[in-house]
Amino acid sequence: MLITTTKGEMDDSLLEHKSGSVDNDVEYTTWDEYYLNGELVHRSAHVTLKKTPFTDLIGATLG
Amino acid sequence: MANQQSMCTSFLGELLSSTHNFSSANPAHTASTADTFKAALYVTTATLNASTTVYSATNEVSGTGYSAGGVTVTNANNPTSTNSSTTAGVGYWTPSASIVYSTVTLTTAFDTMLLYNSSQSNKAVAVYTFGSQTITAGNFTLTMPSNTTTTALVRLSTT
Repeated sequence: MLITTTKGEMDDSLLEHKSGSVDNDVEYTTWDEYYLNGELVHRSAHVTLKKTPFTDLIGATLG
Repeated sequence: MANQQSMCTSFLGELLSSTHNFSSANPAHTASTADTFKAALYVTTATLNASTTVYSATNEVSGTGYSAGGVTVTNANNPTSTNSSTTAGVGYWTPSASIVYSTVTLTTAFDTMLLYNSSQSNKAVAVYTFGSQTITAGNFTLTMPSNTTTTALVRLSTT
């Protein structure tokens, strides 16, 4: 598989791959990193938002 | 002070003056097209919060492949509302696709997205925060929550 890197398109077999994730109340996030001879040449991240700002409006009372 | 996830207070007042149009079928506006909403990214040292009233390039991320102002949000969902009781209800809206910054290099850590209305003088809607990220020759994707009364990206509720 070809990976876009700071050195151009490279086959992933030439690169060291690291990945990780975090899952909490706010987000589920995954990331992929590719290294060439120890140098980071690609990093992508994918954040799924889980907790968003919520506005609770108080209904007006007449009278 | 760090970025803080919040709905922008100015947005609440602007709703009452029909400033923002999320819908393609809004009789309050003469044009039957929704406004254009955009999503900009901000570095971790920015201070966006409920007091943010408008998009600003100050402390916005910069780097290869990223244009100031961010990207346009895909909006094929008109806002929806539903009653939660005989005296209360929820109005809600979520973009219809993920927000994607393609093939960018953003070396300064960022943790915030500002949703704003580029059709209405860049007025702010809400501030969304997440874990600090950097991107190197890659994509940054924000997947939207489900468009429901409890998880939608923008929710207004009465109690």
